[in-house]
Amino acid sequence: MSENTKVVENATCTFCGCVCDDMNLTVDLDAHKIIKAQNACVLGRAWFTEHVAEKRPFALIDGKEASTEEGIEAAAQILANAKFPITYGLSDTTCEAQRQAVAITDMIGGNLDTTTSVCHGPSGIAFQGTGESTASLGEIKNRADLIVFWGGNPAESHPRLFTRYALMPKGLRIPNGKKDRYAVLVDVRRTPSAPVADKFIQVKPGTDFEVLWALRALVKGRRVDPKLEEKTGVKIADLEDLAQRMKSCRFGALLFGMGLTMTRGRHFNSGALLALASDLNEFTHFVAKPVRGHGNVTGADNVVSWQTGFPFGINFGRGYPRFNPGEFTTVDLLSRGEADAALIIASDPASNFPKPAVEHLKSIPVIVLDTKESVTTRIAKVAFATATYGINVPGTVYRMDDVAIALRPALESPYPSDEEVLTAIKNRVRELLAASGRAGNPAAQKVA
Amino acid sequence: MGSKLRIVNGRLYDPANGVDGEVRDLCVEDGRIVESVGPDAKKIEAQGMVIMPGGVDIHCHIAGPKVNLARKLQPESHRYDVQPRTAFTRSGTGGTVPSTFTTGYRYATLGYTTAMEAAVPPIGARHTLEELHDTPVIDKGFYVLLGNNVLLNQLMKEGRRDELRQAVAWWLNATRAYTIKLVNPGGDEPWKGQRNAVITDLDQNIDSFDITPRQVITSLIEVANELGLPHPAHIHCNNLGHSGNYKTTLETMRMAGDSRVHITHIQFHSYGGEPGKNPTSMAPEIAAYVNDHPNVSADVGQVMFGKSTIMTADAPVAHLLRRLGSDKRWVNSDTECESGCGIIPFSYQEHIYTHALQWAIGLELFLLTKDPWRMVLSTDHPNGGSFMSYPRLIRLLMDRDFRDEQIKLVNQRAIRKTTLADGLSREYTLNEIAIVTRAGPARLLGLKNKGHLGVGAEADITIYEEDEDKEKMFTAPRYVLKDGKLIIEDHEFRGDNEGRILHVAPAYDPEIEKVIKPFFESYYSIRFENYAVTDHYLRAHEEIATAKPMAAE
Repeated sequence: MSENTKVVENATCTFCGCVCDDMNLTVDLDAHKIIKAQNACVLGRAWFTEHVAEKRPFALIDGKEASTEEGIEAAAQILANAKFPITYGLSDTTCEAQRQAVAITDMIGGNLDTTTSVCHGPSGIAFQGTGESTASLGEIKNRADLIVFWGGNPAESHPRLFTRYALMPKGLRIPNGKKDRYAVLVDVRRTPSAPVADKFIQVKPGTDFEVLWALRALVKGRRVDPKLEEKTGVKIADLEDLAQRMKSCRFGALLFGMGLTMTRGRHFNSGALLALASDLNEFTHFVAKPVRGHGNVTGADNVVSWQTGFPFGINFGRGYPRFNPGEFTTVDLLSRGEADAALIIASDPASNFPKPAVEHLKSIPVIVLDTKESVTTRIAKVAFATATYGINVPGTVYRMDDVAIALRPALESPYPSDEEVLTAIKNRVRELLAASGRAGNPAAQKVA
Repeated sequence: MGSKLRIVNGRLYDPANGVDGEVRDLCVEDGRIVESVGPDAKKIEAQGMVIMPGGVDIHCHIAGPKVNLARKLQPESHRYDVQPRTAFTRSGTGGTVPSTFTTGYRYATLGYTTAMEAAVPPIGARHTLEELHDTPVIDKGFYVLLGNNVLLNQLMKEGRRDELRQAVAWWLNATRAYTIKLVNPGGDEPWKGQRNAVITDLDQNIDSFDITPRQVITSLIEVANELGLPHPAHIHCNNLGHSGNYKTTLETMRMAGDSRVHITHIQFHSYGGEPGKNPTSMAPEIAAYVNDHPNVSADVGQVMFGKSTIMTADAPVAHLLRRLGSDKRWVNSDTECESGCGIIPFSYQEHIYTHALQWAIGLELFLLTKDPWRMVLSTDHPNGGSFMSYPRLIRLLMDRDFRDEQIKLVNQRAIRKTTLADGLSREYTLNEIAIVTRAGPARLLGLKNKGHLGVGAEADITIYEEDEDKEKMFTAPRYVLKDGKLIIEDHEFRGDNEGRILHVAPAYDPEIEKVIKPFFESYYSIRFENYAVTDHYLRAHEEIATAKPMAAE
């Protein structure tokens, strides 16, 4: 370690949806490296201290080195000439970049989707069906005396959810921290999160909905079928006890993960949980919150919603946004062999999408913006190397509870930001469309 | 900007300058109204047309955390109300909670050029500014929720009056807000901390703080005046929607003494009757009080039949309405140390007693007020109805025959409980419409360059084609100019405009941060250093000056 260091205080970690903004980063200016990330969890420490500026070409076109400018021209040509272009990803970049991506997609009449569609998308759909009683994380810290974690393993996925926000910290009406709270973990297996809970309830895989629905009945004072025990593996007595605790707490919180949204039942599971939390407000104050994964997936939900009215799974093909999950969600449309060009931002669908979707992706021109080489960059027609948000790039991210936070970057990057590349692509696409007389839909210009 | 323009032969309605329908030329240069322009100026022929300043909405909900939740909640309302992309404008969707671009464009298509988002929790300021940047054409600002702020409540309890004022000034600066908003003052703590308990009395003790709503209201009215804010404390009174709440409203206005105060969506606070039973109209009593007290101003919060979205920082009232409405979707959202929030999709129906009564009370308030400068037009968009219903509301005010026909179509039991049954004959003139939709709100907001067409005013201009059908006339102006730029010409978009953020920046003693910071470190979930909104989020903006601050005593 050299003597030549600086400290960036109150920096924000964008590794997970907790978006902790209390990082004190020590930067070795000679080695151009973050050597210490005070207050970070194990995941955050790795995010910061293992960050290295990879030596990658600024852009690759058909696998050959190119400048960013050449990449922008190639990307704009592809997008301006595509009939069914799709935009996907967006959860690991700034809101400023997300806004540019939506603008491009609007302009070219493309399809717009984010990684929400493969994580908490079902919770978004459930939200549209039932609403949600929810709270900012600080309110849970300040007031929640009962916390139920459901279908997630925060100890490993969101370590500071326990230590900073929801379990350990002292708060306004919780003067003694964890001592003043009762914590329950509901999951299909005993994870490293189980020991911190006062009570662990193990459900058989695929029966979350039944357990949640039984809780709704018990909360309302109804009886449940005793056969449920065998089906779900949960003792009715445990559920009765939990229902009683939920009704009698002062401020309860249900924090749920992808164990609910990506298993059998999907948005029915999320909907049952949200409805349970709403029901409980007849007795006490109760909130629910999906525990979001990517650093700015909540920002993507917000930006896309305020610009279009819908959170994900959107198509601009008719000149205005339409929402239809299943039709306009990326996995589904790629699996059906639709789309003739793709703009992928800060995501690696080629490594985690189902095989038919990946096969189609390989058959169309793909433009990728990523901070690192990935399976998707390797199949891309145009791959941009971009700077990392939060480490190199300033901008805005939304925490899982919709609180917007401004980033404080610590290191300079030789690469442009996603926002810069997308803005340049947008401007060039606009020129190309204007030149070919497709800039707007003249029939739609009438105001009334 | 930079362009010169002469609008000729139109009839001018500029009540702030005493111009009531005179035919005269209007000249524009560099985005401002000027005395005259040279012969090279572009000419707009406005023969047979009515010219007014751009509309100013003093109270609406168009951007920020709760608005976006309400947007996400209702895909069905967007589906059949789309806004296609044009060469100049972005696409979007409508419904009662339109997307941001559509919000800006639709305000413009009504001839509105300024709108104020009325309720933002301080921690949501950054989000709100991001959305406002994507709300094109119009200038905009927001009111910051301080009536349930835990730290401010503690300062009130401890009688730390000077620090209270400093802290409020700090918060206005940190958020870039326009004024102080109070919603159901004192009501959040019982709701969030005492199993959804509610506050019903201004003198009820809020146990956790040992203060009363009365103390919260009086101290924040005083602070707003001491800070010389261009618009006073903007108050959503306690007991919104409850029968018998007019007493709370009258008492809240009395608390102001001689100080300026603005009571918002006052229609929702003008109900007689016993709590829990059917409401009656107390519009005459409320109108009389406002008439007699020039320090008091209000916006109506008219209810319009059809779809609405209840979205409010008054979480208990949304929870209550959920039981009454047919749509059982409900959003509650608690913001740490600052606010609550409730959202439900709603619809007002002609045959329902309470809805018809609410509609009628709004009209009574408009028709019984003696000073339209202090009883201005709003629907509390989208709570009472969308801002897109303003043209219809204008027709109800201007056209007695139309109004009488409409009155016949609604619940008659409700109408009989109001002075509308006595056949209120008043018809608003175009001059009065110009007052309640632009000149009045601009004056109440302290926006000296808006709401009028005198030399030096911002060239925010709307030109309507005269029509007997006032709803038709106000639905689609022929021309709309923003800062002298032609946005709409011949009913079509000709350009886009970013619009400015309007905010205040009252001076404060930086020492107050020593009080605020330790509180943050204990009770907030974000760092004090990351809380205040930086200039990055302001972009095009205009700081509206505060009056010379008064002394503390």
